[in-house]
Amino acid sequence: MKSLAELQALKQKAIENVNLRKEREDGTRVVVGMATCGIAAGARPVMTAFLEEINKRKLQNVVVEQTGCIGLCRLEPIVEIYAPGQDKVTYIKMTPEKVARIVSEHIVNGQVVSEYTIGAAGM
Amino acid sequence: MELVRSHVLICGGTGCTSSGSQTLMDEFEAKLEENGLSKEVKVIKTGCFGLCALGPIVVVYPEGSFYSRVQKEDVEEIVKEHLLKGRIVKRLVYDETVEDDGIKSLNDVNFYKKQQRVALRNCGVINPENIEEYIAVDGYQALGKVLTEMTPAEVIDTVKKSGLRGRGGGGFPTGTKWDFASKSVNEQKYVCCNADEGDPGAFMDRSVLEGDPHSVLEAMAIAGYAIGANQGYIYIRAEYPIAVKRLQIAIDQAKEYGLLGKNIFDTGFDFDIEIRLGAGAFVCGEETALMTSIEGHRGEPRPRPPFPAVKGLWEKPTILNNVETYANIPVIINRGADWFASIGTEKSKGTKVFALGGKINNTGLVEIPMGTTLREIVEEIGGGVPNGKKFKAAQTGGPSGGCIPASLIDTPIDYDSLISIGSMMGSGGLIVMDEDNCMVDIAKFFLEFTVDESCGKCTPCRIGTRRLLEILDKITKGNGTLEDIDRLEALCYHIKNASLCGLGQTAPNPVLSTLRYFRDEYIAHVVDKKCPAGVCKALTRYSIDAEKCKGCSACSRKCPVGAISGEIKKPFVIDASKCVKCGVCMETCKFGAVVKG
Repeated sequence: MKSLAELQALKQKAIENVNLRKEREDGTRVVVGMATCGIAAGARPVMTAFLEEINKRKLQNVVVEQTGCIGLCRLEPIVEIYAPGQDKVTYIKMTPEKVARIVSEHIVNGQVVSEYTIGAAGM
Repeated sequence: MELVRSHVLICGGTGCTSSGSQTLMDEFEAKLEENGLSKEVKVIKTGCFGLCALGPIVVVYPEGSFYSRVQKEDVEEIVKEHLLKGRIVKRLVYDETVEDDGIKSLNDVNFYKKQQRVALRNCGVINPENIEEYIAVDGYQALGKVLTEMTPAEVIDTVKKSGLRGRGGGGFPTGTKWDFASKSVNEQKYVCCNADEGDPGAFMDRSVLEGDPHSVLEAMAIAGYAIGANQGYIYIRAEYPIAVKRLQIAIDQAKEYGLLGKNIFDTGFDFDIEIRLGAGAFVCGEETALMTSIEGHRGEPRPRPPFPAVKGLWEKPTILNNVETYANIPVIINRGADWFASIGTEKSKGTKVFALGGKINNTGLVEIPMGTTLREIVEEIGGGVPNGKKFKAAQTGGPSGGCIPASLIDTPIDYDSLISIGSMMGSGGLIVMDEDNCMVDIAKFFLEFTVDESCGKCTPCRIGTRRLLEILDKITKGNGTLEDIDRLEALCYHIKNASLCGLGQTAPNPVLSTLRYFRDEYIAHVVDKKCPAGVCKALTRYSIDAEKCKGCSACSRKCPVGAISGEIKKPFVIDASKCVKCGVCMETCKFGAVVKG
């Protein structure tokens, strides 16, 4: 170790490995429905796509969680996003292709992608 | 590419290891593999969470679900339900965290609510065998700051201003100790760490070393810079194999990363640390005996002065601090002396870790701000005394300490209040006693320990403690007299005043404090020949209440020595001359007819 800057750089790299364990009050939660219905409809690739996208952008304050059946099995895979200061947004019939747009527009810029939400399905 | 979305933290402290946490780790790895989750869920071995009574403990992030008493058979359910489908297995979650409408945060649970983890900040959070995790939580920042931005005098000044006092028992101001050593002029100085933790009820030093070994290494290097030493020794008992192993891993990693060794942070500062194993003698926790032991001699104390800061290890200026004291240092440097001084009371700053044990629901490790009352520790954090029994006293400071009776339960816990009521902080063992504990017996128990552990170098301790034990034994057998109590008390003061080291000077404390608060129990033993708690066998009589006895003969059939006789459906009697006072009859009787007293 030659300098404080070197230590800082190492810390920045290492922090990603423990970031998950912080007690968080703020930050965004991406909750993927992973009951049998969700998994059958393809929730796993959707979840992996979220993880990849979040990692690629090095977003620090976003966690991906799973949940059980929400009850609307015909609209699975369902993903709910809880962002601080915003109402919960429910996205339906998710595909890995839709994920990148949701991450960039909704999670990063705060603009809900309305056409993918449950509202757009006329419910 | 690894896309980790969840961390499974498994406690790898001694408590949870002995209840099988290693098997759990293997099982988790196997089940995750089976379910194709091993790339997205990471299993991490970590340090003590403090709630040892409920081990083995498993915490799953990001949800922060706190699973307690997890068995191998439960792993599959956690993997399939929680990790695969996201359904928290409520059955296994620590029941205090379960609420009607979901799961509440661990920080809101009684056990953790009043705690403030400073020394234990990383225990149960990071993997102690991975230096990068320590670096991720600000590890070695303090060392970097000290070496590149501060002078040794500024470091000492910061530690002084923080008000940190030694956590090993004495409570000597750490900054002042460092100041003395820095002013001693010598080419060679040493920094030592006391990890001997001899108090049989305390295990916080072990937990810090097991859960966060780098914090101690970092602090020792800081101390080295402050006093001008470049060699450190950690004296640790060989009975702590997990701690020793993790310390060695930590030292090796720190050297590999250039955080120990030559020219740290390119500042020309060298610092190296070696481990020295102790054989577990209580006296080796005393500073001069500890240093004699590091030198390779028999662990015996020597008179002070000269103090170690002037002539310590190999006659060179040395500072010796306890593990918990060191664990506070990096935070003080990072967050500032004022921050640290804002916690605690006027003369006792910061927090203290206590090992809660005895008759208490939440056995484990708790860290509280100084000034928290004993009541808060016992009733709120500790969850009270089990089985509806009444709190009688708490023993602090182990064999060197004293007891706090129920009448003083609102005493704030800090160095000075404890001394003023005849106890001491000690290393932080806190044993809770209920109405079934006999105080004379407790004093005898601790004396047995000190008699065993007295090194024998000085007469007051070697012979005095043995005589104390003999008098106590006489009293518990019902042969004591009132003069014995006076003699006991007088002898205590002689031993306190005349002994060479801390061991002898504090050995009479358990007797003195029980005499002070529970003299009536001593008198009951001597005058009435009775043990009020029913512990001392020689003074206990079992008898059968003829009115309650239904004559069922259950007790008579269970009695191992055939001391109970009688006719069916008529009251039975116990023959006191045959009775061995095992208490089986009392446990057997369904009508509460057997009485002890």
